[in-house]
Amino acid sequence: MTFEPLLERMPVDRLPSLSDEAGVGERPRYREEASFKIHGGCGLMGICDESGALMSGEDAIRAMAVQRDRGNGLGGGFAGYGIYPEFPDHYAFHMMFHDLKAKEEAEAVFDQYFVVDLAEPMPTRPVKGISDAPLLWRYFLAPDPHKLESSDMSAEDFVVHTVMLINSSVDGAFVASSGKNMGAFKGVGFPSEIGHYYMVEEYEAHTWVGHNRFPTNTPGWWGGAHPFTLLDWSIVHNGEISSYGINSRYLEQFGYKCSLGTDTEVAAYLFDLLLRRHKLPLELACKALASPLWSEIDRMPEEEAALMKSLRAVYGPGMLNGPFAIVLGFNGGMVALNDRIKLRPLVAARQGTKVMVASEESALREVLDAPDKVWMPKAGEPVIARVKGMDWPIHGDLHLSASEVSCAVTGAEDTCDTAEVNN
Amino acid sequence: MTQSTQNNGPIEGYIKTPPSVTVEGDTARIDAQSVYYRNMNDSVRKLVADGVKNITLDHVNGQRYIGNGVSGKDVRIEVNGTAGNDMAMFMNGPTVEVFGNAQDGVGNTMNAGKVIVHGDAGDVLGYGMRGGKVFIKKDVGYRVGIHMKAYENLIPVMVCGGKARDFFGEYMAGGMLVLLGMNSQFEGPLVGGYVGTGMHGGVIYLRGEVEPWQCGREVGIFTADEEDMKTLGPVLKEYCDALDMDYDEVVSVPFTKLVPISHRPYGKMYTYL
Amino acid sequence: MPHTLIQPEYRVEIDYDKCHKCGRCVQQCGWGVYSFNERPIPDDSKCRACHRCVTYCPAHCITIKKNDLALKENPNWPTDLRKAIWRQAETGGVMLTGMGNDKPYTSYFDHLVLDACQVTNPSIDPLREPMELRTFLGRKPDSVQVEANGTGGFKLKEGSEVSNNVELAAPIVFSPMSYGSVSLNVHKSLSMAAQRLGILMNTGEGGLHADLYPYQDNVIVQVASGRFGVTPEYLNRGAAIEIKVGQGAKPGIGGHLPGEKINKEVSQTRMIPQGSDAISPAPHHDIYSIEDLRQLIYSLKEASGYKPVGVKIATVHNVAAIASGIVRAGADYVYLDGFKGGTGAAPQIIRDHIGIPIEIAIAAVDQRLRDEGIRNQASIIAAGSIRSSADMAKAIALGADVVAIGSAALMALGCHLCQGCHTGCCSWGLTTQKPELTRRVDPEWGAERLTNLVHAWSHELQEILGALGVNAVESLRGSRERLRAVGLDEQTCKILGVKPAGM
Repeated sequence: MTFEPLLERMPVDRLPSLSDEAGVGERPRYREEASFKIHGGCGLMGICDESGALMSGEDAIRAMAVQRDRGNGLGGGFAGYGIYPEFPDHYAFHMMFHDLKAKEEAEAVFDQYFVVDLAEPMPTRPVKGISDAPLLWRYFLAPDPHKLESSDMSAEDFVVHTVMLINSSVDGAFVASSGKNMGAFKGVGFPSEIGHYYMVEEYEAHTWVGHNRFPTNTPGWWGGAHPFTLLDWSIVHNGEISSYGINSRYLEQFGYKCSLGTDTEVAAYLFDLLLRRHKLPLELACKALASPLWSEIDRMPEEEAALMKSLRAVYGPGMLNGPFAIVLGFNGGMVALNDRIKLRPLVAARQGTKVMVASEESALREVLDAPDKVWMPKAGEPVIARVKGMDWPIHGDLHLSASEVSCAVTGAEDTCDTAEVNN
Repeated sequence: MTQSTQNNGPIEGYIKTPPSVTVEGDTARIDAQSVYYRNMNDSVRKLVADGVKNITLDHVNGQRYIGNGVSGKDVRIEVNGTAGNDMAMFMNGPTVEVFGNAQDGVGNTMNAGKVIVHGDAGDVLGYGMRGGKVFIKKDVGYRVGIHMKAYENLIPVMVCGGKARDFFGEYMAGGMLVLLGMNSQFEGPLVGGYVGTGMHGGVIYLRGEVEPWQCGREVGIFTADEEDMKTLGPVLKEYCDALDMDYDEVVSVPFTKLVPISHRPYGKMYTYL
Repeated sequence: MPHTLIQPEYRVEIDYDKCHKCGRCVQQCGWGVYSFNERPIPDDSKCRACHRCVTYCPAHCITIKKNDLALKENPNWPTDLRKAIWRQAETGGVMLTGMGNDKPYTSYFDHLVLDACQVTNPSIDPLREPMELRTFLGRKPDSVQVEANGTGGFKLKEGSEVSNNVELAAPIVFSPMSYGSVSLNVHKSLSMAAQRLGILMNTGEGGLHADLYPYQDNVIVQVASGRFGVTPEYLNRGAAIEIKVGQGAKPGIGGHLPGEKINKEVSQTRMIPQGSDAISPAPHHDIYSIEDLRQLIYSLKEASGYKPVGVKIATVHNVAAIASGIVRAGADYVYLDGFKGGTGAAPQIIRDHIGIPIEIAIAAVDQRLRDEGIRNQASIIAAGSIRSSADMAKAIALGADVVAIGSAALMALGCHLCQGCHTGCCSWGLTTQKPELTRRVDPEWGAERLTNLVHAWSHELQEILGALGVNAVESLRGSRERLRAVGLDEQTCKILGVKPAGM
């Protein structure tokens, strides 16, 4: 299936207008603020209650508060899952607008493609040290049935296209999150300040991810903080993806636009590509992104080695090189992954049904008062938490052979049906 | 636990005020609950300067740089809780004992003294360590013991009771690095890959076996013999005493010995006009 | 087959009519060029054109000429590349070399010209009027806050002092050169000169020899990835601590001091056994991300009583972002080492092809820090082929606080830039540990020559300032307006922040 951007399908006269009266050059496009790659170091956390029980965002804030020295106050954020139980099927768009004009233009896009069931400002409280916040609004959207049908896309691709459209061509508007029953709360400030600003402690979620950023760019761009999201994937990332140059060009072949200048962007899109579109089992997607070294592959039994060779050969341009620790959150759980020689810290713990990861053990201890187990995950091996009773959006039960993986990638569509299904 | 969020401000992980200290003779107790590392360490340094020999830190959770640069052979710092990054970095003589886990960077560029951890320790332990002893009871992570170096009577020693991951003893230039593989919650082998890559000095002892592919090209794999036990034995004894383990059980399994087979591992790599 | 396809680069010609047959050349040459059989007999293949013999020959009868063998001309295949291939085919080795980049890259300094005052604004005569060069190296507060001092006047509030800065008499310091790559006498010469001049020298990554303790207030102690000689005592000597993350001559890779350069004293100072290689790993293994650097900076501050801590980096593509991160991580200064910077030994392929010019780096870093409002939080030291006081003035005008000289300092001590440092046989006694060679540098003599050089450049800087109509260097610092570009394209002018001449 080829992936044509929505932009090309839409008649030009229905694009939001970018007239000269707006004083082009006065309102910064978020794209331009990110014209140079933003590096950052950081601290992160993720917590998931596998029973589905909801936890207050305060836990996430506290875990980040003890990791304050890992950031420099220029970025902090959280994402929570299960926070909008009243709107379980709507896409909850958390929006940032530089000014009212950007808001109007983005809302025009929403009106064209979605049914807007609720639009309201994000609840916030004033915090000393947080100034220059953009306008923060949230919208609960459902794709317009007619538009969806005539676009011949899945609802998710429809939403992805809209997000790409707004981020790349609506001046001064940015989609912070666009998933169902989840949302991202982020901005320029330390995570505890951002958490306080968005009143994160008043939300309850079964899964939280959090991040403390140490960027080296011009401060002021709220969109640059983590987590970075697409649909209900959210990613927090510590480290630097030195293969960004080729990762972004590889993704562009599939229609993703890497416009935000953060290397985390490619991680999010790669997970979306491998898990949702290519339907790779989670373990294999992790092996494609954090591949075993050739010396290790040469020691594997033949069948496994053949599989790994296919993954590396096919997904080489997508392999994430450089130090990283990543936590991927989604409706259904979370996954934490390290680069293949573990150059960034990551510690994990389990207490009852709660699974938690963080850059430092102190964050785990701050939240879990009596963990059953605390451990250091191995490089390239994911820590996985699954929420009971929720759809696992990741084809973890499907084991494809090497040739089937290759076929899946080159586009023979029926392989999923003919592949063996193992439990 | 840190303060809960209230309408008077964001949650703070640590507070920058001096901790409460109780002193009795040459012993002091510091309540480090939510105290910022700089304030906590300032208190420790002041107590050491005032001649206090025994310092206990309670409710530690992640504070960094404990024992950093502190001198004094007879100073003892006890840590209750989770020790933060770079503990005992540049330390020069004291003993630091942690009842809990330690995070990354323990004994980084440590000069002299003793560190005992009754738990796990993280990555990058003993990087550039040049003297003193580090005893870890349980597991350790990646890049442990990189570039340890010895000089004359300053010989660094590190003993880890659990298992270790990749790059154990990378670039080792001197000293003794020991891995026991007991007290472990890791699945899989005793140690990871790339053991001793770039090793050009020192000795590594592993309780058990290692495959040749796991070791760097510069490493020769031998079995420890009686001569080795003359130096290894006393170290293990001291370790067992500190961590309440059974010496006989520890030495009941033969040790593998790794030493560099060349002091010039990169001797043939370069040329010039 | 002959054992090498490579012909000697130079021909040593001796006018035997004048030759005294004293044998001085045999003794002076460190490379072993000369043997003696009734008269000196040169082996051209060993000559590096360092001119030691030429200088010391009492009859002045030695000439060094280029060995002008004709090769079919081919601008795409310079002779050096052909030779490298022949050598690598012989040995399978990585080509090693010394000193700085010798490829014909543009020198942006040579395309920048300085202003002078005339008619509409007077110049100042530096011979009669004071010309202030004093420079503060370190973090400056955002503003000065005062309070009443009780006797009708004011005193500084806490946080407004600059006592944590290092005061330099002139905006120039000596670059880090490790003891091991250079001799102890060179280190002594640098330290003595630094003390006399009121500036700083830098230990490099080889530790601080005990003989230098009397000069420790004029020394920056360096902490590199090998952590050689880094003890708590070391950290407490020195006026400042520098974390070496990279070096202009070899960005991204580590260092390698061969075992034969580790004699007893080097081994003592570095605290490693004699004769074993000293390998500095490529990264600090505890710095894999910017927050790790912050962790190390504060660890050093905690261990040293909060001395100023700087970070030295090689200038690479994203140097501005890296520098910003370093400043935000708490560093008191950033040392930018341009891609033409020198070294005692580096793979040629790395030295000649990696990194960006220092002029561009200074401009980019200075501008980025100003854009972020943090320029006052750290000083910028610029290095990487600062060849004259003109380069120094232009570097300061582009935004550097201080420049550092390495190759120039060695040249003051006799270096002729022959690029033979990595062999450890330097005839001038500079980049060697052989006692018969190192004794050729008398520290008193060396200190005097270095002092002369820096005095000369300082006076020239004062002349330049006078011509510019300012009497203090802080009025030139960052003042791009006093520079114009000649023969540079528009894009480069924009990046440098300098207008083309005529505008």
